[in-house]
Amino acid sequence: QEMEDKVTSPEKAEEAKLKARYPHLGQKPGGSDFLRKRLQKGQKYFDSGDYNMAKAKMKNKQLPTAAPDKTEVTGDHIPTPQDLPQRKPSLVASKLAG
Amino acid sequence: DDVSFQNHNLINCFCILLTADIISTVEFNYSGDLLATGDKGGRVVIFQREQENKSRPHSRGEYNVYSTFQSHEPEFDYLKSLEIEEKINKIRWLPQQNAAHFLLSTNDKTIKLWKISERDKRAEGYNLKDEDGRLRDPFRITALRVPILKPMDLMVEASPRRIFANAHTYHINSISVNSDHETYLSADDLRINLWHLEITDRSFNIVDIKPVNMEELTEVITAAEFHPHQCNVLVYSSSKGTVRLCDMRSSALCDRHSKFFEEPEDPSSRSFFSEIISSISDVKFSHSGRYMMTRDYLSVKVWDLNMESRPVETHQVHEYLRSKLCSLYENDCIFDKFECCWGGSDSAIMTGSYNNFFRMFDRNTRRDVTLEASRENSKPRASLKPRKVCTGGKRKKDEISVDSLDFNKKILHTAWHPAENVIAVAATNNLYIFQDKVN
Repeated sequence: QEMEDKVTSPEKAEEAKLKARYPHLGQKPGGSDFLRKRLQKGQKYFDSGDYNMAKAKMKNKQLPTAAPDKTEVTGDHIPTPQDLPQRKPSLVASKLAG
Repeated sequence: DDVSFQNHNLINCFCILLTADIISTVEFNYSGDLLATGDKGGRVVIFQREQENKSRPHSRGEYNVYSTFQSHEPEFDYLKSLEIEEKINKIRWLPQQNAAHFLLSTNDKTIKLWKISERDKRAEGYNLKDEDGRLRDPFRITALRVPILKPMDLMVEASPRRIFANAHTYHINSISVNSDHETYLSADDLRINLWHLEITDRSFNIVDIKPVNMEELTEVITAAEFHPHQCNVLVYSSSKGTVRLCDMRSSALCDRHSKFFEEPEDPSSRSFFSEIISSISDVKFSHSGRYMMTRDYLSVKVWDLNMESRPVETHQVHEYLRSKLCSLYENDCIFDKFECCWGGSDSAIMTGSYNNFFRMFDRNTRRDVTLEASRENSKPRASLKPRKVCTGGKRKKDEISVDSLDFNKKILHTAWHPAENVIAVAATNNLYIFQDKVN
């Protein structure tokens, strides 16, 4: 009679746990999505056009300084490179997106 | 001269440096008299070992601050919308050729050659200016004098002698000085460049693994190093757990390797994590040049350069983490890049772990030890007590359970004196120096 081998390696058990939490996790974790995020480290989205237009418009006034909450980059606030929140390549988000 | 650490007691000697920023690299120079650290804020701190001094017998072997300077500043590349961190990724010393010391330091994009020199004399008695530096009225000078050199308090100056910029599209992870002492390599995620130390406006590309179509990208370069004696040989490791050895004599572009080191994997044990934990975070040649060591997430492997099929030794660093891979993936710890280093005689190796633990392996006796770099658990001049992680079942007194480990306390960077049993361990923003007890 066959005895089913129910012993799973700890690694496979961890994999099952991860897949249970993120059912849409991509099949190729070491593949190009993951690597491309690594290569993009340091990417910030700064529009020099907007920045210079705003500077020209407000040449007599101070630029609005960054809100303490650094995630605010729209509306009246014109971001400077220093204000921009670090766009951390969020692996959690990518784990959820297929 | 037995340098097997098992016969000695490592003690916490002194000199805990507290930096404002996280230490990102640690490196002894060729003699071991100087120790350089780089940090996330772009600063370099150099320590010098005290010489034997009869009036202060206990100070022999102490490392004290010798020089501090700002190596790199943060930059913003407006054209690419890319922030360039000032963090020092690597420091490598040049062999000493005269009274001055030279080192290479690099951030993600730019490598700099720094000259560190001492000044202990000052000229006095100039004709055209007085002691304050103010210019003297030439019409008032009635006699000429010869300036004389007078001793002054030692001043250590660091000046940038070369700046090697604009050669890397991707982020530099390694620099390595060639044994010819004239050239060095710099490696980023996809390319390796060869430089001459005197020439900053030209660099030769020797390895390029960038695919024509970036969609086909499957692996990146994680570390690279020149062979310690053969100036034509270099190795580079990949995120897929392989190492390629290249011979620069075979062709100008070393895209085709001379040797390919990969341990065969059991396909039935493959999991989602397999490739990530196989990614090699560091590769180091032994001092002898006969072996190389690779560090992946859970182990260090020693390879004989004459055998590509599998490593000759595998040492488990923290195998108990295999059952924690899910949470280590979620908190990104699984991507931590640990370094490794050889002892001076190649008989022992060392690497870091979590909870401020670091591991040392004696290759001859096959014994290993876990030690801790922390102020709470060690007193100056007291022997370090071996630590133990409890992996299941009853936790004994003095053991720590896996779930109690602090994963924010990572020891990623360690360095070993080239000849003696003196080690430097960076624990976040603290630098510890340990050495053998001198009886």
